[in-house]
Parts: sequence; structure tokens; C-alpha cells
Amino acid sequence: MTQQEALFTYTQRLGDSSLILGHRISEWCGHGPKLEQDIALINISLDLIGQARNYLSYAGEVEGKGRDEDKLAYFRIEREFKNPLLVEYPNGDWGQTIMRSFFFDVFNYYLLNELVKSKDEQLAAIATKSLKEVTYHLRHDSDWVIRLGDGTEESHERMQNAIDELWMYTGELFDMDEVDQLLIEAGIAPDLSEIKTKWEAKVKEVFEEATLTYPSETWMQSGAKLKGIHSEEMGFILAEMQYLPRCYPDAKW
Amino acid sequence: MSTEKTEWPLWEVFIRSKNGLSHKHVGSIHAADAEMAIENARDVYTRRMEGISIWVVESNNIHASNPQDKEAFFDPANDKIYRHPTFYDIPDEVGHM
Repeated sequence: MTQQEALFTYTQRLGDSSLILGHRISEWCGHGPKLEQDIALINISLDLIGQARNYLSYAGEVEGKGRDEDKLAYFRIEREFKNPLLVEYPNGDWGQTIMRSFFFDVFNYYLLNELVKSKDEQLAAIATKSLKEVTYHLRHDSDWVIRLGDGTEESHERMQNAIDELWMYTGELFDMDEVDQLLIEAGIAPDLSEIKTKWEAKVKEVFEEATLTYPSETWMQSGAKLKGIHSEEMGFILAEMQYLPRCYPDAKW
Repeated sequence: MSTEKTEWPLWEVFIRSKNGLSHKHVGSIHAADAEMAIENARDVYTRRMEGISIWVVESNNIHASNPQDKEAFFDPANDKIYRHPTFYDIPDEVGHM
């Protein structure tokens, strides 16, 4: 594997994670529990889709075969997507949506904090821009985890259920393969095992304040980010997301 | 039986658009507490670079003048033109003020 091939794969992993989570959150548009939170969630969704656009546009450049961000987002098939299972997991109730975002935000926040120092200038620039947005996402979602975890009996129960539902998908965030190894050695990508330590500490801290129980060590799902083996949810997401550009490939807004 | 509170309180939002200007009332939002009010105000009212600072005040803390008092309150100022600096002649020697 060349460094260019590794960078192409790596940049898609970053882009696909933001794209699919951004799409999932956009499903709340018009359905938020309050107008204010409807807008808050859509702001976050738009931030993520904007980040995906930057990553995938760069991925296309790295690949050098003339594919732009739209080609990558709308004309790849399921097995070619490199997002982790967590971000394709269904929204569920508000608590589950918040918990899923929170798990990803903590990961994204510490990842971007390292990626701003990347030797790849373009990735460092995208990370610098994204980090400001993600700092707010983390604040917004942590506040809600604490508010609902330490809220009523029902809200607490729903948040604990969300943790139990999603926990087995958190381990995959830190999976690495030869793509990571090659880019870590080149000073382009951070070592995810270090980010895992920070992630665990932050999640524990927030759960403690939220009076939620941090789960014990358990078996983790994986296979989507590194191998493209997704859950059954992924096909439905792509069907909705890709329908229009595939039916009308040159459609203009 | 306890009465369930289903609506969050209303908050008035004030935004400062840039340094040197004062905060201006831009609208209102619902939120459970001050922290959420600031975040909601950020998400609803600063999406298009409208501001650099936010104030929120719970609406029931604002006391307003009564519209019925309008005549007694504001009309008497109508004929007090000497309260405006433009009422006074400025001697030529002073030049532009």
C-alpha cells in the first residue's frame, strides 16, 4: 500500500463518518421536540455534512481520478463506505440520538485535537476549521446527557437504555489497521489508542455528573469502518441519500 | 396530584452584533434554564454571523410600561424642543461641534 492509497482510505473514513451521522441527524428536521432543539440539531447536522464535504473533496483529490465529493458521496456502494457502525445506528428516541452523538463527539473532539498537528496540511486545515464546530457539538450533547441523565426517573432510564443499546458500537471508533500504521509513521494520522484513553476518561466524567452507569468491559461490534461490512441500516440510508442523484445524475439545485 | 410543567419558560434574547455596540433585543426562545437559553439563542439567532455576545433574560423578569400610559408618559416631550441640542445657536467662534 502506498501512502497515497492509505491517505485516500483514511480521508474517506473521516468523511463518511461525518456524512452518515450528519444524514442521520438531518432526519430530525421538522421533528425536534422543540423548535429550538430542532434548529440546534440541524445546525449540527449541517456542520457535519460540511465537514464531510471537505474530507471527501480532498479524498477525491488524493485519489486523482477526477471524482469530486458528490461522486464519492452519491455513487459509491454500501461496501465502499468506511464509517463505523455507531453513526449509522437509527435515531431511536431523543435520548438515543443525543447519546450516539455524544459518543461520536468525544471521539471526534480528541481526534481533531491531534489532527490539527498533522503533517498533511490539508487535513490539518480541515481539522482546524472542524474543531471549532465540534467543540460546540460536544458541549451541546454533554449538556443534554447530564440534563437527562440527572433529570427525571424516566429521562434517566431512557439515557441508561441508550448507553446499553449503543455501547457495543463504541469500540470500533478506535479500530486501526495498516492504513493507520502507515499514516501514524508519516506523522499524518494520530494513534487512536491514545485517543481511546482520553475518550474513556471524558465519557466517565460526564456519566458521573449525569448519574449514569459506565458499562463494564464487553464484546464490541466492528467491521464497517475497516472492512465495509455494515449493518442492515446502511442500505436504507444510502437508498434515501443517493436516490435523487442516481435517478437524475445532473440535477441542479 | 402534581401539575406537570410541560412548557419551558420564555426568555428574551439580546445580541451584540459587534464590539462597541450595545446588545439589542432580537426575539425570544423557550428554554429550561439560563444555560440552555444561551445555547438555544446561539442556535436560533446567530446562524448568520449576527453576533459576538448573547444576553438572555427570563421574560417574566421584564417589567414593561403600560400602553394606556402612552399619552401621559410620552406626549409631554413633544413640545420640549429646548431639550434637543439643535435648539441652541452655537456661536460662530466655536466652529463645528
